[in-house]
Amino acid sequence: MGLTQNATVVDDGLKSELSKKGIVVTTMNELYNWGRRSSIWPMQFGLACCAIEMIATACARYDIARFGAELFRASPRQSDLMIVAGTVTKKMTPQVVRLYNQMAEPKYLITMGACSIAGGPFIDGYNVLRGIDRFIPVDVHLPGCPPRPEALLYGLMELQKKIDSQVIEKTEWYQKGLTREFPIPELGPRGLVPKFNPEVWQPREVDHRKERYGQPIVIRRKAKAPDLDAAPAPPRPAAAKPQPTQPPKPTV
Amino acid sequence: MKAEDIRAKLEKNVPSAKIKVVRDSLLVENPADLHNVVLALKSDSDLRLDYLSSLTASDFVDYLETVYHLYSIDKRIGPVVLRVRVKRDNPKIPSLVAIYRGAEFQEREAYDTYGITYEGHPDLRRIFMWEGFEGFPMRKDYEQEDSETLDKDDIEWLDRNGVKVPDEMRQKALNPPAPAEDKPATPPAS
Repeated sequence: MGLTQNATVVDDGLKSELSKKGIVVTTMNELYNWGRRSSIWPMQFGLACCAIEMIATACARYDIARFGAELFRASPRQSDLMIVAGTVTKKMTPQVVRLYNQMAEPKYLITMGACSIAGGPFIDGYNVLRGIDRFIPVDVHLPGCPPRPEALLYGLMELQKKIDSQVIEKTEWYQKGLTREFPIPELGPRGLVPKFNPEVWQPREVDHRKERYGQPIVIRRKAKAPDLDAAPAPPRPAAAKPQPTQPPKPTV
Repeated sequence: MKAEDIRAKLEKNVPSAKIKVVRDSLLVENPADLHNVVLALKSDSDLRLDYLSSLTASDFVDYLETVYHLYSIDKRIGPVVLRVRVKRDNPKIPSLVAIYRGAEFQEREAYDTYGITYEGHPDLRRIFMWEGFEGFPMRKDYEQEDSETLDKDDIEWLDRNGVKVPDEMRQKALNPPAPAEDKPATPPAS
């Protein structure tokens, strides 16, 4: 991640020297960021199977509380982090954007799983949005299908790194003229209107899917259908079955 | 029970219905007979097909089809598969909601995605797609929108909401290139 260097870092050598004498030296920035990153309140919000992994991450075995993000809030007004866990359908998109708009600053967003990053296995579908980053800015992209709880914890740690790198005086939400509300798309006759927000996301010049797999995203009509009335294919020759062995008689 | 046996039974009970065996399923050739056929299967003392497990549709380019999977909880028979075929231009099939209450949402789904009208359904409207969506997306001739390029509607919407649109995209949306020629749908070999 191209994180900006925090400009107010105290010399590490001096800091450790002083701490040996029982003197703690810090900066306002560090203290502030430490407080923010150690108590991230995620929003209780899941869309599909990735949400199950998110729940597992919050439970005792993986225990997201170790990283200070255990307090899942049921309201966007009280949360700092939105984890878009699961497939975002076109029908759901306006609600996701609206929830993001309702969150108070500072707010962060993790896209969890292939679907919310780019549509995942449903990329050819007529009903799935090809990535939530078409409408709202994303801080951490977390690939996987679904990502394991460890991966979510890693994503959270990456987000903490990002928070640590921010400088209070320069953060977006203390600047004048902050526009972090994004227009909510509407449901049109063919899909979403607009298809994406060009201020947030623009299509890539190269179709990587076509380059890598030789197949573009399918939107054309299809012409083939199976012929049910044709004679069914002959059954495959059965493999030689191993003789079932007699199970040993249980001794009483 | 084999499909052939059920066909013989139905021939006796519902003599007016024409039924053909397709693989392991029963094809009801005239959709108007469906109601009587299903009632006969449900009330037959040997079959007692009292559970509609699945109702789905498919598109075979020449025609649309609805497939019913019936089970008997009591007799442990099933699945008994019924098929009904209708023409693409005016697909109408009698609704089974009066016989199996569980058919309601499944018929709505098939209507939503394939555009088959189930006559007699109490509340036939879209279930997955929103009101105002045009077309039936699971049909083979449905063409999706290209979600990588903006259209005229999108540009208008973005202007209304004060979003900056790059000139290149605006030009492309207002002067769209000629659509690529469609390949004609090849009829399956008969």
